[in-house]
Amino acid sequence: MTYKWDFGPILQYWSLFRIGLEYTLGFTVASAIVGMVAGLLLTLARRSGWKILSIPAGAVVEIFRCTPALVQLVWCYYALPIVLGISLAPATAALLALSLYGAAFYSEIFRAGLDSIDRGQWDAAAALGMPPFTMMRRVIVPQALRRMTAPLVSQVVLQLKNTSLISVVTVPDLVYQGQMVASATYKPLEVYTTIAVIYFLILFPLTQGARLLERRRHG
Amino acid sequence: MAREPLMIDIVNVSKRFGRRDVLRDISLGVPKGKVLALIGPSGSGKSTLLRCVNLLETPDSGSITIDGSTMRFGATASRHRAKAMAAFRAEAGMVFQSFNLFPHMTVLENVMSGPRFVRGQSRDEAERIARPLLERMGMDSFSDAMPERLSGGQKQRVAIARSLAMEPKVMLFDEATSALDPQRVAEILSVMRDLAQAGMTQIVVTHEMSYARDVADTVVFMADGSIVESGPARQVIEDPREERTREFLKHFHMGKA
Repeated sequence: MTYKWDFGPILQYWSLFRIGLEYTLGFTVASAIVGMVAGLLLTLARRSGWKILSIPAGAVVEIFRCTPALVQLVWCYYALPIVLGISLAPATAALLALSLYGAAFYSEIFRAGLDSIDRGQWDAAAALGMPPFTMMRRVIVPQALRRMTAPLVSQVVLQLKNTSLISVVTVPDLVYQGQMVASATYKPLEVYTTIAVIYFLILFPLTQGARLLERRRHG
Repeated sequence: MAREPLMIDIVNVSKRFGRRDVLRDISLGVPKGKVLALIGPSGSGKSTLLRCVNLLETPDSGSITIDGSTMRFGATASRHRAKAMAAFRAEAGMVFQSFNLFPHMTVLENVMSGPRFVRGQSRDEAERIARPLLERMGMDSFSDAMPERLSGGQKQRVAIARSLAMEPKVMLFDEATSALDPQRVAEILSVMRDLAQAGMTQIVVTHEMSYARDVADTVVFMADGSIVESGPARQVIEDPREERTREFLKHFHMGKA
């Protein structure tokens, strides 16, 4: 059996793919930023030393780390509105789920980064008389950031790939638009091949960049 | 006998880690310009006591005074604010066994870090403080080097310069020579000796018995979180009264000064 590949009809729908690409990139950037800020807050809460903050924050991290992103997404869209008694637009539910899912992992990266800094560094900064904020800003964070860059980039790569899930709640991302094109042209193989190539072209430079950073760190 | 004014005054300090008493009701004082050496087996609590002096460990009870400003600890004492603790620490310079230079800063930036980030001085002002200190430590030609390029002895000299840049009233040395090659130990000890001669009040946790004997004014022998014996340096090292001190000192071979 031979299949005749024909990308011609697909390319006519280029503008649909472009819209999908914009949604995918937009959701990646937005959920990465919201996720990192939320992840940072979760980390600070977990390290605060106050149980009233650290226990709930730890619970949030574990809940989002230990359930699939797809389940969280569907739950935020269908179940959360019932729990809270409000209605959520698909885009809002998608952003919420992706951001919190990311936040759990970013929080772990931040925690591991801070924990990896030798105790002597904290001691030396404290002994000089640095107050806690100065110590973080001048001594701990600059060192932790170098160690966190590569894992953070990996997590953003995953974040971008996870945006493909939001098609399930009808957000018109690359995959959702692809499904539209596939049903219009009856050429799903060409459509998914095209989508795969687009994802690859975006992510490959990113992973190579991360590798370069990592090599510079060890070099 | 008239008491000299104390630069460091440790009164009834106790500390527990879990169920273990690490410090049991320790009191000792160091007059201005004097050197006190803390000796004892590992686990005796001498490093913990030193870390208590600049609050890297918080005592469970007692009080610590440096040059008239006092920190009290225990149930009745109020919780110390982070800012107040930082200000108290700035009065005491501390030098660690593992150097703990900031690896992302050059040698010069390390020495400037206290003046700049703690006292908020400008880059120029901080540099005017740091450069002469590096020169005094014989490290001025390494100003722009990163710490990873330095030998252990060089790192420790930079660490001492970094502490001195805060113009501390006392210096605390926590086994400052224990991680060094034997030939580097002497160069750090001579720096410490110079500081003592310049009148810097010091508490030195050390295994260098000849340094304790020749440079310290007072030697305190600790075991199991308590002070076993304290007295004039030469007497404690050469003619200890307590059996436990004698037993401990047997393990050291000491050259003549």
